[in-house]
Amino acid sequence: MLAKRIIPCLDVKDGKTVKGVNFINFRDAGDPVALAAEYSRKGADEIVFLDITASHEKRKTLTDLARRVAAEVNIPFTIGGGVRELEDVSALLAAGADKVSLNSSALKNPNFITEIAKNFGSQVCVCAIDAKENNGKWTCYLNGGRIDTGKDLFVWAKEAENLGAGEILFTSMNHDGVKTGFANEALAKLGQIVNIPVIASGGAGSKEHFKDVFLLGHADAALAASVFHFGEIDISELKTYLRGNRIVVR
Amino acid sequence: MKVVIIKYNAGNIFSVTSALKRIGVEAVITDDKNIISSADKVIFPGVGEAGTTMRYLKAKNLDFFIKNLKQPVLGICLGMQLMCKKSEEGNVECLGIFDEDVQKFPAGSLKIPHMGWNNITKVKEPLFNKTLENEYVYFVHSYYVSLGTDTIASAEYILPFSAALNKNNFYATQFHPEKSGDAGERILKNFIYL
Repeated sequence: MLAKRIIPCLDVKDGKTVKGVNFINFRDAGDPVALAAEYSRKGADEIVFLDITASHEKRKTLTDLARRVAAEVNIPFTIGGGVRELEDVSALLAAGADKVSLNSSALKNPNFITEIAKNFGSQVCVCAIDAKENNGKWTCYLNGGRIDTGKDLFVWAKEAENLGAGEILFTSMNHDGVKTGFANEALAKLGQIVNIPVIASGGAGSKEHFKDVFLLGHADAALAASVFHFGEIDISELKTYLRGNRIVVR
Repeated sequence: MKVVIIKYNAGNIFSVTSALKRIGVEAVITDDKNIISSADKVIFPGVGEAGTTMRYLKAKNLDFFIKNLKQPVLGICLGMQLMCKKSEEGNVECLGIFDEDVQKFPAGSLKIPHMGWNNITKVKEPLFNKTLENEYVYFVHSYYVSLGTDTIASAEYILPFSAALNKNNFYATQFHPEKSGDAGERILKNFIYL
């Protein structure tokens, strides 16, 4: 049976992880490649790298990162952050990345999704959506959550699927960083609306939250950062817990 | 041991090379037929669309060439589908090494593509061994091959299908061993040391 996926997310700037990482007995906390390899050993199913480098050397740092990760890590990985042109995508895939994640670039230029799907297949294209609930309405935000587009989350997710996206990575801005659980209600609705896998992001604080996101939110995968980076949740223990709750994991 | 990866317009060659390196094998990437013919093991990777890729192989006269290779050959993902008789993707005649057709997963309650980690069962030697029974491996595909006489591993998504095939010197996996963690590396090792 297809397993539910657990995905640690690493923020990377100029080739180094940005947010502090605080593993006990782990020396290479700043190196995203060593960190990804460590997560892979602990049973992570995929890794997402979010690059927030601002320089114009960006494409080079991104492909260098992909190449180093592909050399060391034996599970699939996604690179996001500043993927704007088809050439970025082909360079990343050639360097061993499995998927690219689009956020602002997809909202600003929806046809980019279609171009990627046509050239490399839908499975390559993850459409990341940052959304926030205001008075019962979920709208999509641009530029790392700074600009409200007014666009409805569910409408945009369906559009992205029709344009050729292979997965939706939905981050709830209301839940992100609060550690009180994922946006299960919105996730369940999203799962009804789209027919591509949904990755839940934002809100992980305990093992129970992961159980809930799969059982109540019907997510296909759950992504988290700090609970893994600070050793609050160990991925192999999390998987044992989920298995004990009859959730299929690898 | 000389291992060759057939160079053509497939996307995952760097990942395959890296996985082989991790198990201590330096592979050569080439489309030179003399080098391929003289290799001990040949890997035929694949990510992409069947119709376009078959046309490319024909244009390069690689279609008959691959079919007539005598050493162990491992097809991966689209590589496996291209080794079958016919694919519904692009409605194209394929290499015909395996006597099976490639069909699209029927639309229904489950999402397509089949993407993620799924377990393989009824695995057969020599590509697999008992420790690989029920192991999770990484799949990404929208088309599948039914269970048949050449099936050497099964998986289930929407319906039961072939996770791996073997006929004579030809081996193939629908999943990506190069992205399937330790289990995938064990399978690659089994192929290399056939």
